[in-house]
Amino acid sequence: MDYNWDFATLFQNWRVFWIGLQGTLLMFGVTAVLGMSGGLVIGIMRYMKTPILAWPARAFVEIFRNVPVLVQIIWFYYAFPILTGVETSPFLAAVLGISLNTMAFSAEIYRAGIQSVEKGQWEAGKAIGMSFAQTMRRIILPVALKRVLPALTNRGIEVFKMSTLASVVAYVETLNQAKLIADLNYNPIESYTAVAVIFFVVLYPVVQATYVIERKLSRSDQ
Amino acid sequence: MTELVKVKNLHKSFGTLDVLKGINLTVEAGETVVLLGSSGSGKSTLLRCINFMETPTEGRVYLNGEAVGDDVNGKMRYKEADLCKLRSRIGMVFQHFNLFPHMSVLQNVMEGQITVLGRRQEEAKDKSMAQLQRVGLAEKASEYPSRLSGGQKQRVAIARALAMDPEVMLFDEVTSALDPELVGEVLKTMRQLAEEGMTMICVTHELGFAYHVANRVLFLNQGEIHEEGQPQALLKTPKTQRMREFLDGHALFKLPE
Amino acid sequence: MEWNFAPVLGSMDILLLGLLNTLKVTGLALLFGVPLGLGLALSRLSQMRILSMVAAFIIEFFRTTPPLVQLFWFFFAFPILFGVNMTPFTTAIVTFSIQSSAFFAEIFRSGIQSIDKGQWEGSKAIGMTRNQTLRRVILPQAVKRMIPAFMERSIELLKTTTLVSTIAYTDLMYQANDIAQRTFRPLEVYTVIAVIYFLLIFVFSQLSIVVERRLAKSGEGTVH
Repeated sequence: MDYNWDFATLFQNWRVFWIGLQGTLLMFGVTAVLGMSGGLVIGIMRYMKTPILAWPARAFVEIFRNVPVLVQIIWFYYAFPILTGVETSPFLAAVLGISLNTMAFSAEIYRAGIQSVEKGQWEAGKAIGMSFAQTMRRIILPVALKRVLPALTNRGIEVFKMSTLASVVAYVETLNQAKLIADLNYNPIESYTAVAVIFFVVLYPVVQATYVIERKLSRSDQ
Repeated sequence: MTELVKVKNLHKSFGTLDVLKGINLTVEAGETVVLLGSSGSGKSTLLRCINFMETPTEGRVYLNGEAVGDDVNGKMRYKEADLCKLRSRIGMVFQHFNLFPHMSVLQNVMEGQITVLGRRQEEAKDKSMAQLQRVGLAEKASEYPSRLSGGQKQRVAIARALAMDPEVMLFDEVTSALDPELVGEVLKTMRQLAEEGMTMICVTHELGFAYHVANRVLFLNQGEIHEEGQPQALLKTPKTQRMREFLDGHALFKLPE
Repeated sequence: MEWNFAPVLGSMDILLLGLLNTLKVTGLALLFGVPLGLGLALSRLSQMRILSMVAAFIIEFFRTTPPLVQLFWFFFAFPILFGVNMTPFTTAIVTFSIQSSAFFAEIFRSGIQSIDKGQWEGSKAIGMTRNQTLRRVILPQAVKRMIPAFMERSIELLKTTTLVSTIAYTDLMYQANDIAQRTFRPLEVYTVIAVIYFLLIFVFSQLSIVVERRLAKSGEGTVH
């Protein structure tokens, strides 16, 4: 392995990377917020006893969890416009694909969290005259959300990594920009290594934080 | 009489906490020794240092006259293989049984004989059945531990240890996790073992067992042997204030007149 | 706008071939990934500090970097760096074996750590070595608890294999792109493969739910 690493060219192109990183962060921000807030609504719907709410929620979760994200993105990019006549930009196609998938996954996380709260809490809420919505908002959710924090953070990490899939429909993000640099300068080793390192550097502290949160929560639950 | 277990100037500390502060103890073959003491006195740690479940910080342990470990310029070295060999010669029974839930009762008793001693399947099976017979559980051989009561589990654990043909048995609070009505059957098994001449070192809170079965009782306090002697004398007329307080703490304890 | 499935149905043999390749990549990645994951987990739990740290780094690195980046790296960078030839197929197997092994390692680790400490003590007391204890006592119990997490991860792997289409391996996704371009019927093609993926993965995940329920009924805890 006597390869001469050349990171100089990469540094000359730092602006290209920077634009990509902004694209990655934008994609992550939008899909994480949409996915995790939408997931909460669907998760609560799935928890309800009313079939008219629970069944569509269940169907939603099954469909968007079981179809690979890449297939969804491609479908929204190539098929959706034909079906609806609405043009989808690379950004929109990727946002739709990743958000819907995230909604489905986080819905299941929220539901598990809500289910993990002891029945007695519901009864206590009812006993002091609170409605379903009040009990859910004031008593159940605060406990449930705390418990699902590690799972939700893990999902967030997955969402961040998923943003690279947007490069497949030529959305400008980090991997897409790295491909550009690699093709122009014939330095795939440095470019792709750089992307890997960027993701590792960003996500490693987050992963470590989830371990700390998990340990803290398991202690405070006792 | 042969000195079966000998402990010389044993120290054990966990970080800055000194749990054992120089214990000397000799156990003769066929003796039953009971270790008493309040929690934190170091009695369990002492037991666990004898078969090296914990490695002593200082001091030496001898089994049947042979010293455990090698003295390398005053520093003790213990080879893992030697310690495994040592543990196979010393039986230990725990408070929480530690039976293997994925194996049947018979497999539990056979496991060590096959993987550690290298016995043949047939021999191990015969041996196991004999030991299960001894603790009165031969008919449970094909059951899984989850189907047994606590007392039965503990007797299986005793059979598992006995099947290794140990030279000495260590009992670490073996009745503490049991429902009161199940304590008797385990104590009976232990008494029977003692009467058959097994060498036993027991950490227990069962003063009745100590009184009737032990040849010798040691009272540990803050990592040292505080008082020791014949059970009848020691339990009725303790010499020290500390031991009197300990015995008073076991308020239900009534000595025969 | 009207649906016309004829061109897609006419290319069903190509799609099936793609499906077969998808399953092939998933199966091989599992075949190598699981033992590799066990090795990583045991190294991570090893008492040798250096070994443990190296294993931890590998695990965290492959868990925090996007699989698509890994795939590109093994496809474009690895061959130049080591002077070996990487076909799309070998790239896919190498990448997904290592990538999934990092996740399997964490499943193994939490499974092993979920076993009661008393099991180590009981084995130690009858003279078993660390390896004997792992093999005879800990792993047989741990593996049972890990099954649901294993199945979940395998399903994730199956979904992730769609990425190999970007390096021109002829999996189901790639075949779909190909047919869509040739027939100009992207709507039908992509809808059909979305349905195929959905059915395939739905069946697997329902199966894993059944298995998880069975395990729960037999009184076994599970880890995730």
